[in-house]
Amino acid sequence: MSTVLQDPRAVETPNYLNQEYGWKSWLFTKDHKRIAVLYIISITAMFFIGGIFASLIRVELLTPQGDLVNSDTYNKFFTMHGIVMVFFFLIPSIPATLGNFFVPMMIGAKDLAFPRINLLSWYIYIAGAAFALAAVVLGGVDTGWTFYTPFSSTYSNTFVITAAVGVFIAGFSSILTGLNFIVTVHKMRAPGMTWGRLPLFVWANYATSLIQVLGTPVVAITLALVGLERAFHIGIFDPAIGGDPILFQHMFWFYSHPAVYIMILPGMGVISELVTCYSRKGIFGYPFVAGSSLGIAIIGFLVWGHHMFVTGMSMYASLYFSLLSFLVAVPSAIKVFNWTATMFRGSISFDTPMLYAFGFIGLFTIGGLTGLFLATLGVDVHVTDTYFVVAHFHYVMVGGMVLAYLGGMHYWWPKISGRLYPEGWAKFACLLVFAGFNLTFFPQFILGYLGQPRRYHAYAPEFQVLNVMSTAGASILGLGYIIPLIYFLWSMKYGPKAGNNPWRATGLEWQTSSPPPTFNFEKTPIVTEEAYSYHTQNQKETHGG
Amino acid sequence: MADAHGTVAEHAEHSPHLRHHFDDMAQQFDSATLGMWVFLLTEIMFFGGMFGAYTVYRGMYPEAFASTSQFMNPFYGALNTAVLIVSSLTMALAVRASRLGEQKMLQLFLILTMIFGLAFLVIKGFEYHEHWVDMKVPIIGGHWNYSEFPQFARQAQIMFCFYFFMTGFHALHMVVRLGLMTTIFVMAKRGTFSSSYFTPVEISGLYWHFVDIVWIFLFPLLYLIGRTKKLI
Amino acid sequence: MQLPLFPEAASAIASSVDYLYFYLTAVTIVMTALIFAVVFFFALKYRRRSEHEIPPPIHGSLKLEIAWSVLPFLVMLTFFWWGAQIFFANASPPPDAMDIYAVGKQWMWKIQYPEGQREINELHVPVNRPIKVTLASEDVIHSFFIPAFRVKHDVVPGRYDIMWFTPTKPGRYHLFCAEYCGTEHSGMVGWVTVMTENDYENWLAGGGSEGTMAQQGERLFGQLGCATCHQLDQQGRGPILRGVYGSRVQLQNGQAVLADDAFIRESILNPNAKVLAGYKADVMPTFQGQITEEQLLQLIVYVKSLAIQGAPPVSEQSGAAATPNQTPTTGEKK
Repeated sequence: MSTVLQDPRAVETPNYLNQEYGWKSWLFTKDHKRIAVLYIISITAMFFIGGIFASLIRVELLTPQGDLVNSDTYNKFFTMHGIVMVFFFLIPSIPATLGNFFVPMMIGAKDLAFPRINLLSWYIYIAGAAFALAAVVLGGVDTGWTFYTPFSSTYSNTFVITAAVGVFIAGFSSILTGLNFIVTVHKMRAPGMTWGRLPLFVWANYATSLIQVLGTPVVAITLALVGLERAFHIGIFDPAIGGDPILFQHMFWFYSHPAVYIMILPGMGVISELVTCYSRKGIFGYPFVAGSSLGIAIIGFLVWGHHMFVTGMSMYASLYFSLLSFLVAVPSAIKVFNWTATMFRGSISFDTPMLYAFGFIGLFTIGGLTGLFLATLGVDVHVTDTYFVVAHFHYVMVGGMVLAYLGGMHYWWPKISGRLYPEGWAKFACLLVFAGFNLTFFPQFILGYLGQPRRYHAYAPEFQVLNVMSTAGASILGLGYIIPLIYFLWSMKYGPKAGNNPWRATGLEWQTSSPPPTFNFEKTPIVTEEAYSYHTQNQKETHGG
Repeated sequence: MADAHGTVAEHAEHSPHLRHHFDDMAQQFDSATLGMWVFLLTEIMFFGGMFGAYTVYRGMYPEAFASTSQFMNPFYGALNTAVLIVSSLTMALAVRASRLGEQKMLQLFLILTMIFGLAFLVIKGFEYHEHWVDMKVPIIGGHWNYSEFPQFARQAQIMFCFYFFMTGFHALHMVVRLGLMTTIFVMAKRGTFSSSYFTPVEISGLYWHFVDIVWIFLFPLLYLIGRTKKLI
Repeated sequence: MQLPLFPEAASAIASSVDYLYFYLTAVTIVMTALIFAVVFFFALKYRRRSEHEIPPPIHGSLKLEIAWSVLPFLVMLTFFWWGAQIFFANASPPPDAMDIYAVGKQWMWKIQYPEGQREINELHVPVNRPIKVTLASEDVIHSFFIPAFRVKHDVVPGRYDIMWFTPTKPGRYHLFCAEYCGTEHSGMVGWVTVMTENDYENWLAGGGSEGTMAQQGERLFGQLGCATCHQLDQQGRGPILRGVYGSRVQLQNGQAVLADDAFIRESILNPNAKVLAGYKADVMPTFQGQITEEQLLQLIVYVKSLAIQGAPPVSEQSGAAATPNQTPTTGEKK
């Protein structure tokens, strides 16, 4: 029976997508799956907006002179690229999309603990995005996404308060999502789903939620204080009355460093799911992978000063932050080793999600190791505030987190949409992303050590060749992003229907139909096995169990 | 076809307040309470940021900060503290009444709690007015005169920025909780609560107590420490 | 086509930084290659050959976990140790270092030499002599970065920061502002010229048209009315300034502080912050807003020049409340 070109509504079982139609059923939904889809749409939109700013930056940097746009405009480009990408893409992305959709399902629950707060969370995100985009449309903000004082509090002539309000509001979205996940994982696990049987994706989102809940309020108050200082023309960061601009940096980075773990931990959770599924094998070292998520969350709160080694911080503080920054690398390394060991004697297939997982493991390793350069005091003095840092964080954020996001989207797309994406195009796009990414950002390590500072509109002429390479890579990378957007949309109407479990994966989410019914499970599942019990599943399949 | 609740007969058994993604009322209550505690944790971090920054500056300028205590009115501060403590008492009694299903007492205690909450804001208003008259409001157009201790004139401005920001955010939370209590009161009047369903009262009570506790920290920090220290 | 892949090394510390960088790079390459190779090898060797394969359930190995946690951490400790050594060296300028003063302002570097030269976006230094740069900002945070020397330090308004280096190779090297500071951040660049000792003497002899920094400071001292209260050798309304610099002074509240650069700067901008014992508050007016950071530095150099014969050399400890220290010895508040 060919189902490819038939109207999908004709033969489909009731699921969360076709249960109800109409804009009201979407905008007033309480179903975590629909809310996840709302987030997918808005986060994708913000990603492409951030990407447009990135393209403008890279085009300007083709030539050493600042000749495409004037300095103020360029400064607004990199600021808005940073604000949009950090606060409106990276922080919410996996938790609000894949986490929202799958955390309840993976633990056997019917929904998150607070469905209405989940919807509120999305509306708050939209409100925050509206303020941020308003800042763009009104004329832009040029403080850098880091809002350093006293430039942001006193000297900038742009829409700092508008942008800060947008970030402040988006922070509440993040807090509420985290709160929801914490309560859900504590209180709504199905019978038999003990903490030790939770899929690692759930552990990762749980650890992320802890950071969201504890860290975000600090950046909220920090930005509020900057906004108040701008509004009242006096404040606590003003050196003229004895204020300390470096205190802003301490408060800002107290959140913003753990924030990068908010960005990467869910991605690591995705990779755990992918590596196990496409090796058809349980994870090697489950307690260590789960525990390392918590370890990263806790230690991540103790290292913020490594962004400030050249600010004149005391020697002893610098030593402490350097040492702890090395310590926080250990749990990340543990994960990489455990994923690799999982593949040992596995049964490995090369579907697109697994290719993204491979890419993640390689690029995150490079990104993480270059972080060690920055933790090393003597070297950091030379490379901080240069393109070395830009390269490092794009390796972990794009080479890591974005690849994990794409891998997760491909993996779970059949479950979310009920359709299969075209594998050939997907592999091609994955290759473009990998190649384009490396060409864009590897030259930036060299540029950084050479001395090209960050946030430079014009640069010394001898840096041009490396900059041109970087821009060339960016165009390939951009193409690699656009292709999946097109075929995902295409697949919703024309893609072959996916069965319940096209990857033959373990996990409660695969026990339901694709797409799942609104209440997830007809009857509450009872869990009797460890996570990733591929061995049992493989045996059952082979012996017809 | 059986729906998510099972058969029709089973459906009739649970409380009308049970949200359908929960298994039972106990799970719902536990989740709501845990959720509110987690939210209070975020509030602690929010105020904590300000307390932290304040502590840093106090360490940098101990005498300037100590001098500012002289311009706080400890009478108003103490009165406000008493008002809030009593409001916590009435709130706790309201929660108790809701657990016991005593509708009239619940409504009475809610009203009393709100009155005390309002009283706090009124007294705060008087205090702010006094600061205005004293020219101690640097955040409004440099309304500032520190001739009493000219050697601390600069750093004291930082302290007063903190004073207004911290008490301001606290007052904002007071307003929010008054709004919350109004909603709870309206729900109580409608007879929503009973001994088997009092979750909203309980978790609003938690929030009320938290805002009180923030004040218990603000009062000594801003009003009392350094008051009697001999300054040159 | 210019394709530089590595910057010149032109200071005493540069080669240490480079060796550490090579070490880090080597370890990174080895680890990355290892991971890539193992993943690639496993992917190939264990590729799925039939849909009915049953991989063995391998749960883990405590020994492996410990090994691959502890060993990498030990390697990282070597990075930490070596990096900390370089960092410590960077933080302690030798007592005989030559002084240069750099003021960052949107969007230029204003350099002053004690001998009186002033430059904008240019720094001239002699080879093989330690140079200590005192950094100040007129407005926002900047950062003084000389890639060829492998040194960088933020320039924060409201205080002084110290950076030092010893150039080892004559030549012309980039100077960049490395902390985003507004519109023309990327225009706040310049050149550091390292000259042989002879060339440097010749260049210095050109002199500043306005006299040495101390002389400029002396002129300011008169123009701003400081001399009215601060006599050089006899008691006036204000404390005697001869010999003050570098000594410990008693304050009204009983504390004793070191009278260094930061103390003098604070005393001019906020005189009531630290009143000397025996003097009254609210007598000296503040000069905040009436004096630039460059002028402050000139006055400080002048006061420094008023040392009594045979006074002990100036130490680096900070005494001013608003100024964090520049060396490890005084401890820090954050």
